[in-house]
Amino acid sequence: MPEQLIWGMEVFFNGLMAGVLYALVALGFVLIFKASGIFNYAQGVMALFAALTLVGIMEGQVPFAHLINAIFGTEIHHFGWHVPGLLAILLTMVVMIALAWAVNQFIFRHLVNQEPIILFMATIGLAYFLEGVGDIMWGSDIKKLDVGLPQGINGPIDELTYNIFNYGFFIDNLDLVATLVAALLVIALVIFAQYSKQGRAMRAVADDHQAALSVGISLNFIWVMVWSLAGFVALVAGIMWGTKSGVQFSLSLIALKALPVLMLGGFTSIPGAIVGGLIIGVGEKLFEFAVGPMVGGATENWFAYVLALLFLVFRPQGLFGEKIIERV
Amino acid sequence: MLDGAETEDSLLEVNNIEVIYNHVILVLKGVSLKVPKGGITALLGGNGAGKTTTLKAVSNLLRSERGEVTKGSIKYRGERVQDLVPSELVKKGVIQVMEGRHCFEHLTVEENLLTGAYTRRASRGEIDADLNMVYDYFPRLKERRKSQAGYTSGGEQQMVAIGRALMSRPEMILLDEPSMGLAPQLVEEIFNIVKSLNENEGATFLLAEQNTNVALRFAHYGYILENGRVVMDGPAKELRENPDVKEFYLGMSDEGRKSFRDVRSYRRRKRWLS
Repeated sequence: MPEQLIWGMEVFFNGLMAGVLYALVALGFVLIFKASGIFNYAQGVMALFAALTLVGIMEGQVPFAHLINAIFGTEIHHFGWHVPGLLAILLTMVVMIALAWAVNQFIFRHLVNQEPIILFMATIGLAYFLEGVGDIMWGSDIKKLDVGLPQGINGPIDELTYNIFNYGFFIDNLDLVATLVAALLVIALVIFAQYSKQGRAMRAVADDHQAALSVGISLNFIWVMVWSLAGFVALVAGIMWGTKSGVQFSLSLIALKALPVLMLGGFTSIPGAIVGGLIIGVGEKLFEFAVGPMVGGATENWFAYVLALLFLVFRPQGLFGEKIIERV
Repeated sequence: MLDGAETEDSLLEVNNIEVIYNHVILVLKGVSLKVPKGGITALLGGNGAGKTTTLKAVSNLLRSERGEVTKGSIKYRGERVQDLVPSELVKKGVIQVMEGRHCFEHLTVEENLLTGAYTRRASRGEIDADLNMVYDYFPRLKERRKSQAGYTSGGEQQMVAIGRALMSRPEMILLDEPSMGLAPQLVEEIFNIVKSLNENEGATFLLAEQNTNVALRFAHYGYILENGRVVMDGPAKELRENPDVKEFYLGMSDEGRKSFRDVRSYRRRKRWLS
């Protein structure tokens, strides 16, 4: 087999893995968009905030340490304890639920029945506000996140591919874990939405929130629930990305990579977010591999958007976007 | 049987309410009405008369549309309810079926019905029994239970909307414009079901309807709204015989057909507006 093809296959698999991470971020967008029609620009920042909080809690950092020290003239930075990974994740989830509650309480419940563009602007405001809060709370230095996920080259795959192609593929263990987690997450979300009472209420709210209100579904409860779910997805995405490339501001920019994923997969489809993520991941890696060297590289920065534009022109609702049911 | 509505104790009492949308638009200018327990009460009137707003004031769906009851009181079983949120009212047994059906399009017919039981803490068995009760009243829904509500016909969607409300085990159903956009035969079918629900399940109805003719045949008592005020009320039988109602709402006249221009000028002179 020609070398180029074998390398291409490795790139393909790595693209799939990268795609899973994009899909994780896109998933958070889909959840909120479906249930409330809000395009949550802050989803990426939520992932950053979740990762920052997780690191902060694990390392026993004192939140708002700088602020406290500046006001009271103290010199505290650490509680002096370390919280084990799993417990820290649970505590972070509590923080994300509190965030979901606050977002609904102070912003979106006052914006019921407003234009989508106003809601969108509110999420932009939320994004930058949350970024600032994250900074003040946990400091702005780059942090390492290690909750004990396996990292580095996967031995068995390396060996297996070496035996077949005489060339060992480099597949990162972390990417494999991320794939597994994403798959479980999606299955759990789909089961929740399809078969549970609250999931059904969530879909009802997504379809027609006036009617949902009329049968006695509390919109505030559903919205807090949906933002909490999105917070949970953000936390998972934050853990994966944070472990991969450190917890830093650029983490929030992955949200921008989720945009083309959504255009491809459709804003309202959970499977769409996954498939869209995979297509974008594989597409940009293969494109970089095949065409990149001819044009001086860095095609990954824009290829996804070109793909998304093509989709917008030929299939605006995305691959899996909900068909708009209209009867006359 | 309930034609002499005044003597019954009323389940719902609306007392001189005023409703303002968006802090500026005055929609109801003092509406009062009583709904007796176990009766069908009709709210009649043209477009923009305030029928829907009255229903939404009772179910308190107003607030999510930036509307507000600024004066007067709404009492359900003698208890002031205008500050309750819709879910609390549903738990108390008051549920609204909104105008234009408002089904959950992407949910199946059965899932739609199940959302109606959202506020109840009932066992799976009780819920199943109620589902069967709904299917008995609307056999068509049983055939279509697995299809997405968005793909069912207008009549079926209206049945889904009413069935969904029934699933909350309501005492009182606020039914807004059930005849809207339906063929006359279907309108008749729906109203017959409303009547049998009223007689067999003891459900009280407050019904907003533009189709005065049908509404007055099925209701016990009627209120006529115009421009945010009640201009006339009485037992349905009397309203049916009233010459003004006949002329303005039923399109009948003792003097035979008139030219449109005459009707308009006559109308202008004889409006019930105070």
